[in-house]
Amino acid sequence: MNSIEVNNLTKKFGSFTAVDNVSFNVKKGEIFGFLGANGAGKSTTIRMLCAILEPTSGDAIVGRYSINKQPDQVKKNIGYMSQRFSLYNDLTVEENINFFGGVYGLEESEFEERKKWVLKIANLEGKEKTLTSSLPGGIKQRLALGTAVIHKPEIVFLDEPTSGVDPISRRRFWDLIHELSSEGITVLVTTHYLEEAEYCNNIILINRGKIIAQGTSDELKKNYIKNTILQIECDKVIEALEILEKQNFVNEVSIFGNSIHIVVNDNYKNEEQIRNLLEKNHSINVFRIDSIVPTLEDVFIHVLEEDKENGSSKN
Amino acid sequence: MEAIIKIKSLKKSYDDIKAVKDISLEVYEGEMFGLVGPDGAGKTTTIRILCGLLKPESGSVKIFEKDIIKNKKEIQNQIGYLSQKFSLYGDLSIDENIEFFADIHGVKDYQQRRDELLEFTRLKPFRNRIAEKLSGGMKQKLALACSLIHKPKIIFLDEPTTGVDPVSRRDFWKILSGLIKEKITIVLTTPYLDEAERCNRVALMNKGEIISLDTPNKIKQALEKEIIEIVCTKIREAYKLIRDEIGFEVQMFGDRINVIINNIEKDYPKIEKALKEHSVEILNYRKITPSLENIFIHLVRKAG
Repeated sequence: MNSIEVNNLTKKFGSFTAVDNVSFNVKKGEIFGFLGANGAGKSTTIRMLCAILEPTSGDAIVGRYSINKQPDQVKKNIGYMSQRFSLYNDLTVEENINFFGGVYGLEESEFEERKKWVLKIANLEGKEKTLTSSLPGGIKQRLALGTAVIHKPEIVFLDEPTSGVDPISRRRFWDLIHELSSEGITVLVTTHYLEEAEYCNNIILINRGKIIAQGTSDELKKNYIKNTILQIECDKVIEALEILEKQNFVNEVSIFGNSIHIVVNDNYKNEEQIRNLLEKNHSINVFRIDSIVPTLEDVFIHVLEEDKENGSSKN
Repeated sequence: MEAIIKIKSLKKSYDDIKAVKDISLEVYEGEMFGLVGPDGAGKTTTIRILCGLLKPESGSVKIFEKDIIKNKKEIQNQIGYLSQKFSLYGDLSIDENIEFFADIHGVKDYQQRRDELLEFTRLKPFRNRIAEKLSGGMKQKLALACSLIHKPKIIFLDEPTTGVDPVSRRDFWKILSGLIKEKITIVLTTPYLDEAERCNRVALMNKGEIISLDTPNKIKQALEKEIIEIVCTKIREAYKLIRDEIGFEVQMFGDRINVIINNIEKDYPKIEKALKEHSVEILNYRKITPSLENIFIHLVRKAG
């Protein structure tokens, strides 16, 4: 069952097309990752799906309601948390929770139960009177998520929720996201951190307002990266790097600690080619050569570069 | 290899918070050294002490065999520092910003070095643009160029890639590779464990202490355990089951879990049996090479 259906959604600001004919579906209970560089159109899309920005054309069904025809219904059925948490720093924990309970019009009886729930997931039980500004970043982030879903929405939109939060807190936050998803809440999340995208069930990559890749993390790695990436462990790393840079079978070279990563192309035959070059011609000892699984960051960079080339050939 | 930075029993507190608790380490000439850990681990405090910007409570820092407190000015002329919140002059152009930093460091013939740096960071086409009109990634590259104008032998970078998008991040790492080629020693802090893998050696820090210090490979080898990755249904249930009933350490990564075990042949059947009994379906499992993230979480948990 689809929780969100996006059909040919387009948004223009004057002559600039921020979102260009985008269509995709999100299943109920899924964690859906929405990736792209700054200015790719992520936030504009999310704002339209939250019915706070009108599309120029196209439509989306968000939890059974059309963003064009039933924007108020859409707003009631979703939760939204942005990169700058919407909490009031000069209010206490409890006052913030009360505020959001009021905004979403929760009944008294239901509210008390939900308030307890928010305090629990944010690890703030017994700290109701603490001033929000004095909370550590990771805790504040959990409180922000709790208040964003205090009304038990079917869908929650998280716009770069982990920006500037350390890795341990980020991981705990993702555990929480998975908990929400296992309760059947659909989560659409944008992020800069590609290792986080690994935690998503499905991923879309957008650039210049258009979808340029989509699939699960495994599918993206299989379908979009055709070139092999090799990790070479050798001595005299810098010398080896300079030699490899000049070879016609190498597309890209980078230092990785005490080893080198190279992206090879069709001119590459086998390991012997590298061993011959480095060991025989330059007396650099090669200890190991392994082919490695690309990361999502590799996919992202690769697809973006292809998109750039396509774009410039059209112009 | 020669130690270019020597830190001994360094301590620093802010009121009653012990930010850095007795750390000792050496950084070798020409290496890329990473201070890695979450917020509050003491990374920034350490790097500021190394640059002479903050006085330690006790302990010593020697750079080029000289004490940082006694020879602050002299050392500062040979090092570069890029802070988390780098300060550029928004109303000055790229060229003028670099010129300003050349002035501060008393570099007179900076023109050639400036051109080199602009070439290197690919900012040349934008040299007349004022700083506030640059993208985040470009600002960061400019700040780096400014900190390199006086040809420092060591450069200290405090979380240089925090909040930077993936494309700019990749670009930045390419530039750092170039610095390593110029034999500049790099000390950087990062909360990202995938970036730590790019360093020659790393100090994993938590709550003001170093919990591991070595090359990324050796840190991984020191685990002396095996990690098995399981993709299964009812993931949260599986997680709690393995943790509480079988007693193995489990780490959750989205739709999969990593279990730290002693031996796959001996231990996997136990996990399989327990999961089956609770009708959790295993979709896939495989032995994986530990990542620094696996290790980091393991060490932090062990420390309590």
